[in-house]
Amino acid sequence: MSELSVDHLLGIKYLKPEDIDLIFKTADHFKEVINRPIKKVPSLRDITIANLFFENSTRTRLSFELAEKRLSADVINFSSASSSVKKGETLIDTVNNILAMKVDMVVMRHPNPGAGIFLSKHVDASIVNAGDGTHEHPTQALLDSYSIRERLGEVKGKKIVIVGDIMHSRVALSNIFALKLQGAEVKVCGPKTLIPKHIESLGVKVETNLIKALEWCDVANMLRVQNERMEISYFPSTREYTQQFGLNKKILDSLNKEIVVMHPGPINRGVEITSDVADSNQAIILDQVQNGVAIRMAVIYLLASKINR
Amino acid sequence: MSQKMLLNSKEINIILHRLACQLIENHPGFEDTVIIGIQPRGVYLAERILNILKVEYGLDAIPFGQLDITFYRDDFRRSSKPLEANKTKIDFIVEDKKVILVDDVLYTGRSIRSALTAIQSFGRPKEIELLTLIDRRFSRHLPIQPDYNGRQVDAINDEKVKVHWKENQEEDAVYLISK
Repeated sequence: MSELSVDHLLGIKYLKPEDIDLIFKTADHFKEVINRPIKKVPSLRDITIANLFFENSTRTRLSFELAEKRLSADVINFSSASSSVKKGETLIDTVNNILAMKVDMVVMRHPNPGAGIFLSKHVDASIVNAGDGTHEHPTQALLDSYSIRERLGEVKGKKIVIVGDIMHSRVALSNIFALKLQGAEVKVCGPKTLIPKHIESLGVKVETNLIKALEWCDVANMLRVQNERMEISYFPSTREYTQQFGLNKKILDSLNKEIVVMHPGPINRGVEITSDVADSNQAIILDQVQNGVAIRMAVIYLLASKINR
Repeated sequence: MSQKMLLNSKEINIILHRLACQLIENHPGFEDTVIIGIQPRGVYLAERILNILKVEYGLDAIPFGQLDITFYRDDFRRSSKPLEANKTKIDFIVEDKKVILVDDVLYTGRSIRSALTAIQSFGRPKEIELLTLIDRRFSRHLPIQPDYNGRQVDAINDEKVKVHWKENQEEDAVYLISK
C-alpha cells in the first residue's frame, strides 16, 4: 500500500493498520532527512497550510510548523487569542475566509470534541486534527507508537500502561486506538474518578494500583493531570495524587525489569513524574519530541499527495 | 507487448569494465571522489562498478552513498500514483568532493535534475559527473548529458528500456519493451 485510506487525519479511529504502517515507513525517511546537514526537502513547494490553534499549545504547534517548513510548504499561523473569533465569527466562517486565500490544508486544534470532523464535512481542504478537546490527538498517538517501535523493535504484543487523567485525555484515547490497532495490550491506571466508565469496551483493562500496573508493563505512558479541564475536584489533593500515581526513581528501580517511560508533555515535574525519572535513560520523552516532527512530515506529505489540483 | 534484448550479460560486463576504466582515467586515486547511486536502480549499477574497481584495481576505499530523490521530484501530485520513497544512506559530507552520480537509464533528465538538488543537502560538491548505463538520447526534457555512458539507445516515447540485474531479476540484461 502506498496511499492513505483517508483524506483527512481526524482521529486514529478512522485509520487502518496499513495506514499506520505507511505513515511509519514514510516517517523513517523523514527522520533521516531531518538529521541531514540541510534538513529540508522541496516536496510541498506548491502547498499552503494554515495552522489554526483555538487552544494553547507549544510543542504541537512548533512541531507542525517545523514539519511543514521542512517540506517547503507555505505556512500561515493563526491563534484564537488574537483573532476575530473573539468578535463572534463562527468556525466555518473563519476557516472559509482563510481558505479563500487559497489554502490547501488546515491543521487545527480546538477545545470542542469533533471540531475537525465537523469542519471536514463543511469545507474543501484536507484537515489534520491537532487535538480536539477531550476527543483525539492522532499525531501524538502516532509519534508515541513510533517511539515505542523505535525503542522496542515493534509495538505488536507489547504491554503498555497509560497512567493518569484518562477521562480528560485525548492523548489517552488516541493512544488506546493506535495501540490496539497495532496489536498491543493496553491497561489504564489512575484514580477511579478519572477513568471513564465502560472504558473496557475499548478493549483495555483498568488497574488502580500503580505498582501492579508498572510490574505488568513494558512501557508506561505518564499523562499530565489536566487541571484546566476539570470543573470539579476529582481527587483530594495534588500531593495525594502524586503519592498514589506519581512515578519516582525509587519505584522505577524497585521493578524487576527496565520499563520505558513516556510523557506527552508538558510535564508537571514532581507531580506525575519526578525529575530524576524524566531525565533518566529509561525516559524517551525527548525522542518523542524529535519523532513528532518526522511523523507530522509523513502525515502531511501523504495527505498532500491526495490533494487534487 | 513485445520485448527485444539490447544487451546481454556478456556485453554488459564489457561495458561495466570500460566504464570503470574511464573513471580511473579521470580520477586516478579516487582521493577526493565519491560515488553516489540513485535509488533504487542506480545503486545496483554503482555497486557493480565499485566491485570492479575494488577487485581488479585494488581501489577499496571509495566512499559510496545511496541517494533517494523522491522528495525532490517535480512530479509530486502530478503523477497518478503516489511517490514511495527509498532509503537514503550517505554517511559523508560531499563538501568539496568530486561526486559521480550513477543511474541506470538516462531518459528525460528529470531524475538527474532532482538528484542535483538533493545532493546539495549534503554539502557543496566541487564538481558533479554523471555515469549511466543507457542513454536514451533524443528524449531529453532538460539540458543534461552523461559524462560516462554505456550505450546510446534510440527509443520512441511509447517504448521502455528496462535494465535487469542478477541481484533482483536473475540475469543481467537490457530490454527494449514496446506496447
